Amino acid sequence: MSEYLVEVSHLKQYFPVRNGFKTIPLKAVDDVSFNIKPGETLGLVGESGCGKTTVGRTLLRLYKPTSGTVKFEGEEVTDQNIHALRKEMQMVFQDPYSSLNPRMTVEDIIGEPLDVHKLYKTKEERREKVLALMETVGLNAEHAMRYAHEFSGGQRQRIGIARALAVDPKFIVCDEPVSALDVSIQAQVVNMFEDLQEQRGMAYLFIAHDLLVVQHISDRIAVMYLGHMMELAESDELMNNPIHPYTQSLLSAVPIPDPNTARKSKRIMLEGDVPSPLNMPTGCPFRTRCRYATEQCAQAMPELTDRGDGHQVACWNK
Amino acid sequence: MADYKYILDVQDLHTSFRTDKGKVQAVNGVTFALEPGKTLGIVGESGSGKSVTAYSIMQILAENGNIESGKVLYKGEDITKWNNKQMAGFRGKCCSIIFQDPMTSLNPVFTIGNQLEEAVLLHTDRNKAEAKARAVEMLTLVGVNEPEKRVKQYPYELSGGMRQRVMIAMALACEPDILIADEPTTALDVTIQAQILELMQDLQKQLGMAIIIVTHDLGVIASMCDEIIVMYGGRVCERGTADDIFYAPAHSYTRGLLRSIPTTENNGERLIPIGGTPINMLNMPAGCAFCPRCDDAMKICLTEVPEEIQVGETHRASCWLNVKKMYEEGSAQ
Ligand SMILES: Nc1ncnc2c1ncn2[C@@H]1O[C@H](COP(=O)(O)OP(=O)(O)OP(=O)(O)O)[C@@H](O)[C@H]1O
Ligand SMILES: Nc1ncnc2c1ncn2[C@@H]1O[C@H](COP(=O)(O)OP(=O)(O)O)[C@@H](O)[C@H]1O
Ligand code: SF4
Ligand code: SF4
Ligand SMILES: [Mg+2]
Ligand SMILES: [Mg+2]
Repeated sequence: MSEYLVEVSHLKQYFPVRNGFKTIPLKAVDDVSFNIKPGETLGLVGESGCGKTTVGRTLLRLYKPTSGTVKFEGEEVTDQNIHALRKEMQMVFQDPYSSLNPRMTVEDIIGEPLDVHKLYKTKEERREKVLALMETVGLNAEHAMRYAHEFSGGQRQRIGIARALAVDPKFIVCDEPVSALDVSIQAQVVNMFEDLQEQRGMAYLFIAHDLLVVQHISDRIAVMYLGHMMELAESDELMNNPIHPYTQSLLSAVPIPDPNTARKSKRIMLEGDVPSPLNMPTGCPFRTRCRYATEQCAQAMPELTDRGDGHQVACWNK
Repeated sequence: MADYKYILDVQDLHTSFRTDKGKVQAVNGVTFALEPGKTLGIVGESGSGKSVTAYSIMQILAENGNIESGKVLYKGEDITKWNNKQMAGFRGKCCSIIFQDPMTSLNPVFTIGNQLEEAVLLHTDRNKAEAKARAVEMLTLVGVNEPEKRVKQYPYELSGGMRQRVMIAMALACEPDILIADEPTTALDVTIQAQILELMQDLQKQLGMAIIIVTHDLGVIASMCDEIIVMYGGRVCERGTADDIFYAPAHSYTRGLLRSIPTTENNGERLIPIGGTPINMLNMPAGCAFCPRCDDAMKICLTEVPEEIQVGETHRASCWLNVKKMYEEGSAQ
């Protein structure tokens, strides 16, 4: 069997959108390949709209891929087996304010996946399981009968995590799970993700735009730009030795909460904006903002190639 | 006109809101002063009163809001005494504000050019043709490409970063002495955020205005402020230079905040969160607002609001621990 838990190859996700009188494909994810090992955290970063959420949702077949394959424990994920696989693969959503049904009690929100997968015999057993899950994520058992809207952002995110944990999955896609939270609460939730992984050995695809949070939690980090995978490497390697021109400018733009470092560091300013995904440049999509762009870059998108020790980069000139 | 050292001098500002659940004291005795051409950073968690402080200065509070007491001196004159007409002149001409979401201040049904010209006509005695030229000039200044084409476009046709540039252009069209930026880059991606922050610094060098930058992101203010104030529960809990705040934090909240964020240094270590939950403004503690979450809290913190004391040359904080330390050092001598 493969050493990987999740294997993604040549994944494409095109959305049909109306543009004037025509329907044209919006290439949200365009030929992306990567793997995730059991118990590993893969961070996924990139600018808004680059396709991170779409990758996560397509992995879980919340969207049917346009083409390409996703394998879980060596088995290709299909419409036929996805129901059974949902027990192994779960998702925690970006917005704790809108992702929970306000008319359901906490007990029912967390219990729903147990119902779906018939993971209890009696009502008492269901209740016990829910209370145990609430304890795991640091929620007070007395709150079981309350409604989601009565909770703070941090608590709602815990409810969402408890719900994902209910089926004891091997893999969770975490889509910006701390972004909507106040900084003073972020650390609590980040710690909880790390503790849970240690206890249960789950793998995470951790999507976030805060690079310092991603570096903190991830074993490896993948960088996307306009639907393409640009670079993928061990977390510290990527942060200390970025090779792709986009990753370099992205890292140099991260505001460092340390005055001395901030004063010393030189930002690589990018010119202009991210192009519209409906009007993609040919070849490498970063070429409109890249200092190293050459004619070749307009011809074709470079492949992601290994530059040693699993540090993969997609660039003609770097 | 009065002699002044500070372009803006806010003294003991109290602002509250009436709600059906009771009075919310959003700003509870905020004091700070800003010299011409300097940059002040205001940080603090969500709900700590940063925006209400800014809106109080501009007098653009919601219906149910009210400046209860305190002074806001602009060039030495207390503008809280000014009438609506005087304030309309103050906004835009003396002081401008840009918001987190540019769509809230750009009108979707008018072109960018229209809105820029309108701002110029309102606040200066330029004529229509001059205002048109000024609009293009301002867009060029803030780095919007093809400004002649952009003036004919509508806000929805621009990207988030571009809209924020237009907002800055509008805010600066009348060359105000003060620019207040309320979370100007929170909605933007980091590479665009870097462009906007750099733009603000460049324009400050060129035009010499003072800037107040409001943010919850410690990274954003680490390198660009002459002074930083940290807010908690409607009060200023600490003030000083970036070096004071980041390298010698003198309030337990600031220390907790700095400890809780991931940095390149604490990578691989466990984060140390601030315990408890963010403050509930309807149920303010009697003493130090941070007391329910503070690991260092003492008995006095429960009942007495800590007074602000000098803890360094440029550095002041409101935490009883400093008083205790001073007392111990004093009595040890
Ligand atoms: N119109 C209003 N009516 C009632 N309460 C209000 C109103 N506006 C603000 N408040 C309250 O005043 C307090 C301070 O709000 P403010 O918007 O200044 O916070 P902030 O520090 O800017 O937070 P954020 O980072 O979320 O913008 C909060 O408790 C808020 O709920
Ligand atoms: N259901 C959809 N229909 C059409 N376009 C979509 C849909 N979902 C996402 N997109 C587009 O796909 C691109 C990537 O989106 P997304 O993956 O949500 O980005 P992010 O990196 O912010 O999570 C964006 O241009 C977005 O507007
Ligand atoms: S392939 Fe070309 S345009 Fe793309 S990042 Fe590399 S040098 Fe820049
Ligand atoms: S005054 Fe007391 S409760 Fe407040 S921060 Fe200082 S030690 Fe903590
Ligand atoms: Mg997303
Ligand atoms: Mg605010």
